[in-house]
Amino acid sequence: MPTVRFTQNIQRHLSCPPLEAQGTTTREVLENYFSTNPQARSYVLDDQGHLRKHMAIFIDGRQIADRDRLTDPVTAESILDVVQSLSGGSE
Amino acid sequence: MSKRFHVATRKGLFTVERGASAWSIAATSFLGDNCTLAMEDPRTGDVFATLNHGHFGVKMHRSQDSGASWQEIGAPKYPEKPADYVPKVPTEGRPVEWSLKLIWALEPGGPDQAGVIWCGTLPGGLFRSEDNGDSWELNRPLWDDPRREEWMGGGADQPGIHSICVDPRDSKHVKVGVSCGGVWTTKDNGCSWELTATGMRAEFMPPERQFEPNVQDPHLVVACRAKPDVLWVQHHNGIFRSGDGAASWQEIENVKPSAFGFAVAVHPHDADTAWFVPSIKDEKRYPNDGAVVVNRTRDGGRTFETLRHGLPQQHAYDLVYRHALDIDETGETLAFGSTTGSLWITENGGDSWQELSAHLPPIHAVRFAKTLG
Repeated sequence: MPTVRFTQNIQRHLSCPPLEAQGTTTREVLENYFSTNPQARSYVLDDQGHLRKHMAIFIDGRQIADRDRLTDPVTAESILDVVQSLSGGSE
Repeated sequence: MSKRFHVATRKGLFTVERGASAWSIAATSFLGDNCTLAMEDPRTGDVFATLNHGHFGVKMHRSQDSGASWQEIGAPKYPEKPADYVPKVPTEGRPVEWSLKLIWALEPGGPDQAGVIWCGTLPGGLFRSEDNGDSWELNRPLWDDPRREEWMGGGADQPGIHSICVDPRDSKHVKVGVSCGGVWTTKDNGCSWELTATGMRAEFMPPERQFEPNVQDPHLVVACRAKPDVLWVQHHNGIFRSGDGAASWQEIENVKPSAFGFAVAVHPHDADTAWFVPSIKDEKRYPNDGAVVVNRTRDGGRTFETLRHGLPQQHAYDLVYRHALDIDETGETLAFGSTTGSLWITENGGDSWQELSAHLPPIHAVRFAKTLG
């Protein structure tokens, strides 16, 4: 089963422990993760369900290409890293 | 007199209280986080703070113990954009995203509307909660009005609602200010809206469009509590006043040192008395001559006094944002804060000011805890 890991920076706002979550696409895996941690959803996805502008997701070290529909494929052994983009940092 | 006010800053929320002899910072919350707005609901005492985390989006928190502890509550959420949606008139050639960018206004409903809170946002959605902020619903009549899609960004890339005035005589009667989209009025609790910015002038538009109500950039709209048909606006290119409930607006001209600014406060009992914090228009945006001043009129805008006592008069480059000036329910105590982290208070209507700090983070908003009275 794929594993989802979250940036340390999110942990001071809410607990997002690494967890295994089922799915064959980025969205399926994330939605299954959010089903156990609903509050995390709005920290990662915007109102339209798109990846937030200054967030990034890597699958096995490769950044996803589809930030809106989240269709990038995931294997059973994949690790999804949800991280911040440096582009969002300011002041 | 109010004994407490909240200061929302780029690096957290500061609560300032009056002790026996002086005002001082009594508490801090969310240190390090971008706190964009705060509101203490006089009906419940609940304090609301909005955060913009940048990476993680816009969040709202509520405290039911005067800031000792906070609970994250639901932030307004835009509905799913229909797949076949095509903007009728794209804003500045670029469609508005249906996604919360900033909470720009937060106002309690009337005393007879328990749990009702209004929330103005970027990119232009007005939200309403009926359960004290636990959940929010987009006001569709305003959002679906085709004229809403003509709104332009002003002070931000996308348009936004920054002012909400609930009429103390009738809670169903609400006015909102939009940058840039003028002033809108509902008299039926948001079921229908009327564009009420006739008389405003937008110098930044081509000559033939300068008086169009829907292009106006009111930086802030405030209404006199005792006489709600009198409204004041600090507009992008001047000061405007309405004496007929926003049906018409008159420009106040020849204001020195400048009619440009963002903030305005009106006396809660005297509709002719209002305060402004002028600065050089409009690309430069710092106090004229490097001197921080407050302009006060006591005669409905016919004349202004420029108040300086206690304010820095040399090499001060403080800009005061639209929500960073507030007045308490007596009309005597005002506080304002600046982009360079200075915070001032007066207890005599602005005749003299006291600096409470010159070292806070950039200040977005100042908000008194007021009573219902």
